[in-house]
Amino acid sequence: MTTHISRRWILAGAAALGTTALGTSLSGCGQRNDGTSLLNVSYDPTREFYVAYNALFTADQTEAITVNQSHGGSGKQATAVIEGLAADIVSLALAHDIDSIAERGLIAKDWATRLPYNSTPYHSVIVFLVRKGNPKSIRDWSDLVKPGVAVITPNPKTSGGARWNYLAAYGYALKANGGDEAKAIAYLEALFRNVPVLDTGARGATTTFVQRGQGDVLLAWENEALMALATTKDAPFEIVYPSLSIRAEPPVAVVDKTVERKGTAALAKAYLEGLFSARAQKLVAEYHFRPSDPQAAAQFTEKFPDIEQLTIDADFGGWKKAHEAHFAANAAFDQLQLRLHR
Amino acid sequence: MSAKAARFPKTPAAIGLTLFVIAWMVLVIILPLANVLFEAFARGVAPYLTSLAHPDAISAVKLTLLVAAIAVPLNAVFGIAAAWAITRFEFSGKGLLLSILDLPFTISPVISGLVWVLLFGAHGWFGAVLQDAGIQIIFALPGLVIATILVTLPFVARELIPLMQDQGTDEEVAAVTLGANGWSLFFRVTLPNIKWALTYGVLLCTARAMGEFGAVSVVSGHIRGLTNTLPLHIEVLYNEYDSVGAFAAATLLAGLAIITLILKTFLEWRFAGELAAHRKH
Repeated sequence: MTTHISRRWILAGAAALGTTALGTSLSGCGQRNDGTSLLNVSYDPTREFYVAYNALFTADQTEAITVNQSHGGSGKQATAVIEGLAADIVSLALAHDIDSIAERGLIAKDWATRLPYNSTPYHSVIVFLVRKGNPKSIRDWSDLVKPGVAVITPNPKTSGGARWNYLAAYGYALKANGGDEAKAIAYLEALFRNVPVLDTGARGATTTFVQRGQGDVLLAWENEALMALATTKDAPFEIVYPSLSIRAEPPVAVVDKTVERKGTAALAKAYLEGLFSARAQKLVAEYHFRPSDPQAAAQFTEKFPDIEQLTIDADFGGWKKAHEAHFAANAAFDQLQLRLHR
Repeated sequence: MSAKAARFPKTPAAIGLTLFVIAWMVLVIILPLANVLFEAFARGVAPYLTSLAHPDAISAVKLTLLVAAIAVPLNAVFGIAAAWAITRFEFSGKGLLLSILDLPFTISPVISGLVWVLLFGAHGWFGAVLQDAGIQIIFALPGLVIATILVTLPFVARELIPLMQDQGTDEEVAAVTLGANGWSLFFRVTLPNIKWALTYGVLLCTARAMGEFGAVSVVSGHIRGLTNTLPLHIEVLYNEYDSVGAFAAATLLAGLAIITLILKTFLEWRFAGELAAHRKH
């Protein structure tokens, strides 16, 4: 009988333990709400930069602060925030993704005007990464549509970087064809015919090109390309600057609804404003982004060559228009995909 | 089984087939696993240990163990209850119940994750209620636990059902006639009879719970040091060009798999008779 009782006690103990664990996890949820921890939800290529910036930021604070990071394709991350990922800060690949969050009422509609340079502390351009010695002699956009050239770019439906790639290519084709939209779309179709894999994010595409050795040319953020060069031993590839590129602006914003709930409004604001400080701007350049502050940028002219750049607002009428024309359901990119797979 | 088979392959076809199977196993299992080890130690032992000692790696290991520690006991309790209900009682809709029990085996893990986002996400059915109550399920530990529970739901029940069907109810009926109540019936008759199959099911369940990637990837939110389990941590490191770190973490998972394999083989060898029932299926 004693063994019987003890077994019952063991079971009761185990059940109690399980219930407690579940209860704790339900109430605690791994998120502290005492206003000393921030969550920065960002896109792929900023991983290394924010590790460095978080160290800089937390060292300057009087109390102990934790900054947590989450990274992934920009569109995917925006969806996660909309679905309830408790981000205090979003730092995404393009304004459109932050606009989507703002449309759901989580961020004030005028977010872009709350910080300098359209809330963009750093920017970049789209460049080509090619194999060492440039064996396919890829010099400009027109070389990408030649037969036998395999182009790696992520999917514009899920990746912010890929949208910048797409628009840069489109802008080039418009210019080369005297503004003829049909010819520009035909160019894009020829370009995507040369794309063997569409990864979901910029980092995935870089890994495909750099580590798996796929493709002849990678369309990439300049910062991704420079990072790949810096982190790969005896890098067997080199950067090509095309005749025309686009100013790729990844903006940042405080998620008003979350910071209100968590009591982190002041801290989150300080975190973003800190990105524009002289020290952070230098860090920006060290992590291969172009600093937005002209004074900081002037110190790195050698690292970041001058290149003719389109801008989303001046040349494409802003993200809303570009999104509706190219990336919305059934818009130009979907049409193009249909034609490619017919 | 081995007694019935010829001890050595005699015909050229048999030798060829055996060689093909061995070559294929080397190609698709041994070679990739050896590569994991090779990449993990590519820069020596020190970088290997350093990457495992990183706070994010330690937190990923802890989280993985915690998720398994909550999900597996719950699934074990459910598995016993389900197996008991299915093998000891007659009721209509039993076939349907068995089919539904197998659903987690057949649906993609991505779906197993997404269904929870649709239920508990900010715009899900219970999103508003949960938000008002300040309870975070998706993108936090509870989400990881329920996604894991769903994916590993059938393992214990599927091990127990054939065995309990095979054993029948004779011993239990005898115990009841001798005056045993429900609890003592369970602890003194049923549990001793199923303990090795239960252990086996729990083992498989644990292995899958710790290795699950798809479903937890959907509900994790990928916050480093907080909601990245070991498989997600490996992906993060791989995408940061930290192949030593990624493969070092992968050796941990592979190590867990090998321990599972050893325990599984031991159970099969030692308790072959008691586990035999499920092999007939």
